[in-house]
Amino acid sequence: MIFENKTIEEVEVWVNAGTVNDFPKDGGSNILYEGEQIAIFNFSTLNKWFATQNLCPHKKQMILSRGMLGTEGETPKVACPYHKKTFSLETGENLNGCEDTIKTYPVKIENDTVFVGYYEIK
Amino acid sequence: MTKIVIVGNGMVSYKLCEKLVEKKAAASITVIGEEPRPAYDRVHLSAYFEDANADKLSMASRDWYSENGIQLVTSEKVSQIDRDNKHVTTHNNSTYSYDYLVLATGSSAFVPPIKGVDKKGVFVYRTIEDLEMMMAYGKKASSAAVLGGGLLGLEAAKAALDMNLKTSVVEFAPRLMPRQLDEVGGELLKSKMEDLGVEILLGKATSQIAGDETMTGMDFTDGTKLDVEMLIISAGIRPRDELGKEAGLTLAERGGFVVNSLMQTNDPTIFAVGECASHENMIYGLVAPGYDMAEVVAEQIAKDNKEYKFEGFDMSTKLKLIGVDVASFGDPFCENVPHSPISIADQQAGVYKRLNISEDGKKLLGGILIGDADDYNMLHQMYINDMALPPHPVDLIAKGSGDGGAAIGVDALPDTAQVCSCENVSKGDICCSIQEDGITDINGIKKATKAGTGCGGCLPMVNNILEDTLKKMGATIRKEICEHFTYTRQELFDLIKVNEIKTFDELLAKYGKGAGCETCKPAVASLLASIWNDLILKEATIQDTNDRFLANIQKGGSYSVVPRIPGGEITPDKLIVIGEVAKEFDLYTKITGGQRIDLFGATLNDLPLIWERLINAGFESGHAYGKSLRTVKSCVGSTWCRFGLHDSVGFAIEIENRYKGLRSPHKLKGGVSGCIRECAEARGKDFGVIATEKGWNLYVGGNGGANPKHAVLLAGDISKEEVISYLDRYLMFYIKTAEPLQRTAPWQEKIEGGIDYLKQVIIEDSLGIGQQLEDDMEVLIANYSCEWKEAINNPKIKKRFAHFSNTDQDDPNQKFKRERGQRFPVAW
Ligand code: SRM
Ligand SMILES: Cc1cc2nc3c(=O)[nH]c(=O)nc-3n(C[C@H](O)[C@H](O)[C@H](O)COP(=O)(O)OP(=O)(O)OC[C@H]3O[C@@H](n4cnc5c(N)ncnc54)[C@H](O)[C@@H]3O)c2cc1C
Ligand code: SF4
Ligand code: FES
Repeated sequence: MIFENKTIEEVEVWVNAGTVNDFPKDGGSNILYEGEQIAIFNFSTLNKWFATQNLCPHKKQMILSRGMLGTEGETPKVACPYHKKTFSLETGENLNGCEDTIKTYPVKIENDTVFVGYYEIK
Repeated sequence: MTKIVIVGNGMVSYKLCEKLVEKKAAASITVIGEEPRPAYDRVHLSAYFEDANADKLSMASRDWYSENGIQLVTSEKVSQIDRDNKHVTTHNNSTYSYDYLVLATGSSAFVPPIKGVDKKGVFVYRTIEDLEMMMAYGKKASSAAVLGGGLLGLEAAKAALDMNLKTSVVEFAPRLMPRQLDEVGGELLKSKMEDLGVEILLGKATSQIAGDETMTGMDFTDGTKLDVEMLIISAGIRPRDELGKEAGLTLAERGGFVVNSLMQTNDPTIFAVGECASHENMIYGLVAPGYDMAEVVAEQIAKDNKEYKFEGFDMSTKLKLIGVDVASFGDPFCENVPHSPISIADQQAGVYKRLNISEDGKKLLGGILIGDADDYNMLHQMYINDMALPPHPVDLIAKGSGDGGAAIGVDALPDTAQVCSCENVSKGDICCSIQEDGITDINGIKKATKAGTGCGGCLPMVNNILEDTLKKMGATIRKEICEHFTYTRQELFDLIKVNEIKTFDELLAKYGKGAGCETCKPAVASLLASIWNDLILKEATIQDTNDRFLANIQKGGSYSVVPRIPGGEITPDKLIVIGEVAKEFDLYTKITGGQRIDLFGATLNDLPLIWERLINAGFESGHAYGKSLRTVKSCVGSTWCRFGLHDSVGFAIEIENRYKGLRSPHKLKGGVSGCIRECAEARGKDFGVIATEKGWNLYVGGNGGANPKHAVLLAGDISKEEVISYLDRYLMFYIKTAEPLQRTAPWQEKIEGGIDYLKQVIIEDSLGIGQQLEDDMEVLIANYSCEWKEAINNPKIKKRFAHFSNTDQDDPNQKFKRERGQRFPVAW
């Protein structure tokens, strides 16, 4: 099952991020790959997976994986724990302010293994 | 019924009547005024020059008085007070008896003892009658002088100018408004007044008023003269305290009835308010302090409340009506105060602004604005509220607006008040988005104005403005949690309880829509915890980040660790353990304001290891991260202190242990003091207990934070058992009915009926729910367990405390520095 978004063609490598159980229900975890921190979210209420950069652009904190998941209308989002800036999990866009858009990655699940589609920022 | 007699029917007298009516005082009130008409607005007296319409100035009609059962007597002057028989006599020998007498006799214009002041053509400026005489006389004259270049004098000058008279102002001091303006300011104002056509004579002492029966001019001590046909004396005020001497009331050296902070004269049944009262040797020649004094008296008469006191008043002023913007606030000179002044002076534009900044550059001490006083409100607010200055205070006067965000009732805030300092959003902007763009919720406001999207510290205020404005627009407000639940917190509380709902998902499936969000999840988490006191970690991802990781998140992504130290009492052995743990994990340690020790800078990975050590030494979670009971502060009390009446430490520990882990709409703090000296600052807490000779006093609803509030007395001289049972009821009632993130103080304030209603519910059990509340509390107490103990004993939970799920590494981005021998995060 692939949870894709517009970045799927750019994927350079599918990184093994662990098993489904490493990711709390309706919550996230963070992985380290090539020095980059990637937040991966198990949005179980929606039955979907998402991944974004772990860095919150607001105060440059490595924190989004500890954020809270939710929806605004139809848009799935994550709220930064520090000041509750919220970002669309689909487009990475900041929904309640004017922070920079965050990077998103596709996720795929194969036999309980979670893969994140890594690509470098061009 | 208590008989109240008020002498004088001026502005403050009227305000007192209004307040007594508002507060539903059980009293029969008689007001005796010497002027022929009911109270009128003296502040806007000059407007009478324009249309001679006294009705426009009227504060209340005779009908208002009779409708409210107040006996109004006009054109009668009180000539005597008989304290022994408790009645007053008027000039035509009527007597009125009283239980309480309020003197609101105001002041009269001070007429200096200059030869000739009794001549025809010399006037004072105080009443409508004074004005009528001046206007009649002015019709036949062509020139007028004003004696006194102060606030009132300039107003009188403007009035004379409006009567088409050639006008001069004669001032003894070397500059205009010497009490409000500095030299540069006075100079600029002088040239502005001259531009208006007013002649300004400074440094002039008047030796006599020339003329026979009718004045023809003024002679000055320097030998010069001024030919002028009328004179308006405006050289200050003299409190009308004539009644005091014979009655044996203490009078101040410079006049006025001496009063204490309850506005009582030396006879506690006689109050004095307004311009006739001398408080700490100060006469206030402004209405606002008078109104505050009226409130003090009204509270005592209507509610027997002796807590509300007059505590002096700020004398900042903005001059009106003279065609020139002039304002001064705080200490405009700072003569003997170390300060650094910032000023801009633009002769061309006729603008002068001066700010006095405290030496450390942090606070505004006062200032002067001439030519452009648009920022007066905001600057005044900054000064009044002791608000922090922006990094470059000069911006405040250069650009016109700086960073603000006052901490006062939103209704009182001017539209220009800066509410969100991060995003520079004013109250007016917010109101506008509500009134004109039809926004009705906080998210909409955030989007439209950006208010509250920075540090978020202003959100409670934005919310209040939202409610206030909606209310004024006539909308009914239902505080629905968010787009996912169309219920209020209180409704959700009942739904969860009645339907025995135990998880967020269950609640969302039954009563919500969408997938929840950062607003409803923590709110529901708090409700579930308040109702079932189940282990919050069972549903970790609906908890706010601090609750999710059972620690307060810090800059850089580290966490703090606060073990519970009930009542602040700790053994040396436990202190040593804290020291050892801090040393081993390189944690910054600090004694907190809550009488315990905070260990900062723990990495996520270390948290369980640290707590394991602490728990093995007998510590428990201090819930510093939760919306739950924090600390119950104690003073050393009777066991050591020579004044102590009972064992305050013992009781504080008992209370803290009783309510530890209790989840509530916002955090809860308590305090227990061993006597009225109040070393534990119990009245600054959500609940405070103070030992008395006969037992304990229980106070509720205190708050520190941005809007400090003293807790108010719920019950006095009660036993320990009663304290506990009232506290159970109070806290449970709060938990059930407050809004999310509402502290006890604002909750208590917004409850209809206030503390009296709470007393009925809690002490008299008027709703019949007392026992239920106590039982609910018992369930919560019985279900308590230390969250950290469970976390370290459950491998699955323990595993969550990791920065990465694919490696054991700490966050490589986390950066620390060392200062004063300890570790700190680097600034973000
Ligand atoms: C550590 C401490 C300051 C210190 O160095 O002394 C502190 C630190 C924080 N306070 Fe405080 N407060 C501390 C005592 C106080 C006090 C004094 C007291 O409790 O006697 C007050 C005023 C009393 C009161 O609460 O009414 C206080 C009023 C606040 C407020 C304003 C609450 C309000 O009603 O307006 C906040 C903000 C909030 O809770 O929303 C706050 C919030 C915070 C937070 C939790 C901010 C945050 O969310 O990160 C701070 C982080 C603590 C941490 O990371 O561990 N802190 N804070 C004190 C911890 C006491 C303890 O042992 O638990
Ligand atoms: C022209 C002018 C402009 C002003 N502008 C401002 C301003 O801009 N801002 C501001 O804050 N303040 C201003 N003030 C001051 C303000 O008007 C007073 O502070 C306020 O009116 C004080 O109210 P009071 O009730 O104490 O006294 P008053 O309003 O003076 O009322 C006292 C009343 O008691 C009556 N009285 C006295 N003795 C007796 C007795 N024995 N028996 C019966 N009745 C008696 C008097 O006749 C009078 O009616 C101004 C005043 C004047 C005159
Ligand atoms: S409050 Fe009273 S009993 Fe407690 S320490 Fe202070 S003086 Fe002593
Ligand atoms: S650091 Fe993320 S919202 Fe401020």
